[in-house]
Order: sequence, then C-alpha cells, then structure tokens
Amino acid sequence: MLTEIQKQLLKEIADLHKVPEGAYNIRANGAAAGRNSTANIEISSKTDKPGIDIRIKPGTKNESVHIPVVLSESGLKEIVYNDFFVGDDCDVVIVAGCGISNCGDQDSAHDGVHCFYIGKNAKVKYVEKHYGEGTGRGKRIMNPRTEVNLGEGSSMEMEMVQIKGVDDTKRDTVAKLEKGARLVVHERLLTHGDQKAESGYTVELNGENSSADVVSRSVAKEQSYQIYRSRIVGNALSNGHTECDAIIMDKARVVAIPELEANDLDSALVHEAAIGKIAGDQIIKLMTLGLTEAEAEEQIINGFLR
Amino acid sequence: MLELKNLCFGVESEDSTKEIIRDVSFTVPDEKFVVITGPNGGGKSTLARLIMGIEKPSAGRIYLNGEDITELGITERAKLGISFALQQPVRFKGIHVVDLLRLASGNQKLSVSDACEYLSAVGLCARDYINREVNASLSGGEMKRIEIATVLARGTTLSVFDEPEAGIDLWSFQSLIQVFENMQKRSHASILIISHQERILEIADSIILIADGQVRGQGSKEEMLPELMKSTVPVTCNRILEGGVKNAD
Repeated sequence: MLTEIQKQLLKEIADLHKVPEGAYNIRANGAAAGRNSTANIEISSKTDKPGIDIRIKPGTKNESVHIPVVLSESGLKEIVYNDFFVGDDCDVVIVAGCGISNCGDQDSAHDGVHCFYIGKNAKVKYVEKHYGEGTGRGKRIMNPRTEVNLGEGSSMEMEMVQIKGVDDTKRDTVAKLEKGARLVVHERLLTHGDQKAESGYTVELNGENSSADVVSRSVAKEQSYQIYRSRIVGNALSNGHTECDAIIMDKARVVAIPELEANDLDSALVHEAAIGKIAGDQIIKLMTLGLTEAEAEEQIINGFLR
Repeated sequence: MLELKNLCFGVESEDSTKEIIRDVSFTVPDEKFVVITGPNGGGKSTLARLIMGIEKPSAGRIYLNGEDITELGITERAKLGISFALQQPVRFKGIHVVDLLRLASGNQKLSVSDACEYLSAVGLCARDYINREVNASLSGGEMKRIEIATVLARGTTLSVFDEPEAGIDLWSFQSLIQVFENMQKRSHASILIISHQERILEIADSIILIADGQVRGQGSKEEMLPELMKSTVPVTCNRILEGGVKNAD
C-alpha cells in the first residue's frame, strides 16, 4: 500500500491519481509496490542487480508504460538499472520519474540507470520528471544516467523535467543513432536555494540521415548553480541542433557548454546558447496589463518552462 | 479624462541634464480621439511612457479622471484604466497569444472564441494565431496587431498607442482605423495615439504637435492639418495613397 506522501509524489511526477492503465511498475522505498504486465508489454525483475527489464513486442501501438519511483524514507540510497527493449514498428509512451520526500536529516538518493534499445521504425515518447520535497536537512539527490540506442528509422522524443526540490542532480544522457533515426530532447529545469544541477548530453549521429534536436530551457534562482553540456557528434550525413536557453536570477550561476564535432563532410551541426536575466521590457509589458512585478515574473518563467 | 500639467522629464548625464519633455500640458477628454504628432526624437514616446508610469516625471502632475496618478506605478495605473500599446511589442518565449489575451482581459477563463474575436478585429485569422507562441517566429506586423489586440482585450477607459501603424504594411489601413473608431464607441473611452500617418490625423478629434519636448501646437484637425502641412517644423506626414495599401486577408 502506498502512503499519502507517496501518492502525492506520484501525482507530481507522473500525473497519476490512481493506479495507471496499461503496464506499470511502481517502486516505493526500494521495493516493488505494484506491477502490471500486459499482452504486449512484459515487465520482469532483474536477477543480477536491482531493476527491471521492460520488453515491448514488435508492432505494439498506442500503449504506455509507467515506471515511477518514490522515496519517502530519509537516508535511503539506491541505484536501479532499468532496460527497455522496444520492438520494431512500435509506437509507445514511457513515463518514468522520481519523487523524493525527505523530512529527515540524512540524504536520500535515487540513481536510475536507463538503457533503451529501440527497434527499427519504432516511435517512443519518453517523459522523465524529477521532484523533491520535504523539510529535513537531508538532501534529495538524483543522478540519472540514460543510454539510448536508436535503430534504423526509429525516433524518440524525450521530455526531461526537473522543477524545484531536487538538491543535487547529475544527469548524463548518451544517444547513438542509426540510419534515418531522430532524437528530440526537450529539457526543462528550475533550480533554487543552494541546489546544484548538472546535465550532459552526448549524441552520436552515426547513420546516414540521422538527426537530433537537443533543447534545454532552464531557470536558475537564488544561489543555485547549473551546468549544461551538450555534445553532438556527426559521423555521417546528418543534422544536429542543440540549444541552451537560461534565465538567471538573484545570485544564481549558469554555465552552458555546447560542443559540436563533425567527422563527416555532410554533417550539418548548429549550436545556440543564451543566458540572461528576464528582460525588463517583458516585465513592463505584463505590468501594463495590470500584473504586479512578481506576477509578471511568474508568468514569464512559467511560459519559458512550458 | 487624462490631464497632464506642466510635465517635465530629463535624462541626467555626467555633467548636465538633457530635457526631453519641457513643461507639457494638455488634456485628453472622455470619448475623444487625440493624436500626438511631431518629428522623430521630439519626445512623443517619452510622453506615452510617462503617462503609463514607465518613466517618472521630474516635475508636473498627471491626473486620470481627476485623481492624481503621478506617484503611481505601472500596475496601479493599468488597474485604474490605462492601456498601452508599445511601439516595439515585446516577445515572450513559451507564452501563447491566447495567454497574453487572457492576462490582458483579466479573465483567465476567457474562452478561445472570445479571444479569437480580438484577433479577428485586428485582421488576424484567429485560428492560426491563438495558440502560437509570442516569440521570434511572428513577424513585426503580426506582433503589432497582437499588441493592439491586447489593448482591445483590456477594454479600459484610456488607450494609448505608440505608432500603431508602424510595420503594418499589408493590413488594410481602413481596418486599423475601424478598430479605433469601434473602441471610441464604448462609453467614456478615450484614445491617445502617437502617429505620423495623415489618415490617422484625419480621424482625430484634436491634434497635438510635439517638437523639442514642447507642445508646439494644439487644436482640432481642421485647425491643425493645414498648419502641419506648411509647418516649418520638420514634421513627417506620410501620405497613404488610396489603393496603395492592400488587404491582407
């Protein structure tokens, strides 16, 4: 049975108000709290280490898998390995996410290592939300590592969201794309207080006509610190674009390091990075509509992180 | 009714103060359409910013419906009933046109169809725009029309427009003028427009000529238009030729 705190965390990270439809695996305080496999999606525990294997049959369409993790016990630290085997011609949605509620004084940490093996012409939408809460002095720590292998003609859209509450995070994402594969990443991040967030992407465009679009929008408030690294490697006729757009406030610091490597004459790579405070004329415009300065700022940030 | 009394505004540099607005007084009565015109750099936009509260005057007072609003901030003036369409509309990443219209109307539940009416009124095909981001993907002309739509959505008693015609190349001028005429039909609504366009000057109830930060002339269009045409003040009046402007939609 899930506690009320755990239910609240589930709502924050997966918009889940009750047990989800379709396949799911809920992990709470280091143990399985619910699992459901379907005819096309099989979830099984790993035998050699903590974690699960998710196998999606070729041709599975319009199905979803939810694999949320919630931690409400102070001092709990875990590393979990989840592997996703998505068959050819699938069209599926995978919702992961981690919520930590730490009211104690010991650090709580969840490090999720996710590996995707995506079959030919398959289409995957992946949503990963991080959320932290709790009044304790113990930190809420998440260090996710994601590895993506995109087969010929396949595509993946990744939505990576971390809005408030996570004290320390180091996210590492590596993707390898075969012929005609496409990867779209949309990262949204908001840090505040003394939080530190590090996010790194390495995308290898190995196959002809592969393409990637890696976009990060972030807001750093108060004394928080963010580092964003994005590296795109073009090893064939390919298209790559990476963009980092950050709003900086108060005494926060943001570092953006876009990196491009072209190893093929026909790889076209572009990077853009912009860091700045909220433009004064944006605040003024919204104030002329009757908003206070604080309300204007909130609207601008909410829109930016949409 | 808006009243400006002996308004002054200066910008301080290292060793001197540059006077941008010098002792300006005028009134925008209820239900009147007043156009401010004059050469570039004469202080017109600064006046609009002083009225909205974006800049604070160094001397003089501003009254709205008899209330002294000189010390009030932008938000308070907006709530009292002043709207302002900026000369250069501001772009926002992630904020949609419908969001802006909802904020402007003060009604977060403003329906999409009601929001669309404001866009249609400014000559935009509403369905195509309502969910667009107010970002760099919109052209200057589109931004100007959306800016005017936000003022329509506010529905306040005083609407100030800073060169609303600038950048609107393809939009039938007649529609723009119709927008202002319709606004004026609302009871007690007064409109203050900064413009160089003769067609806008022609529909004014009164015209104020501002040059070198001062009021150089003021009167009805019948009095002012012939003056402006022969004025020694280098006033730019761009004549819009009939048929020279095409309908966009």
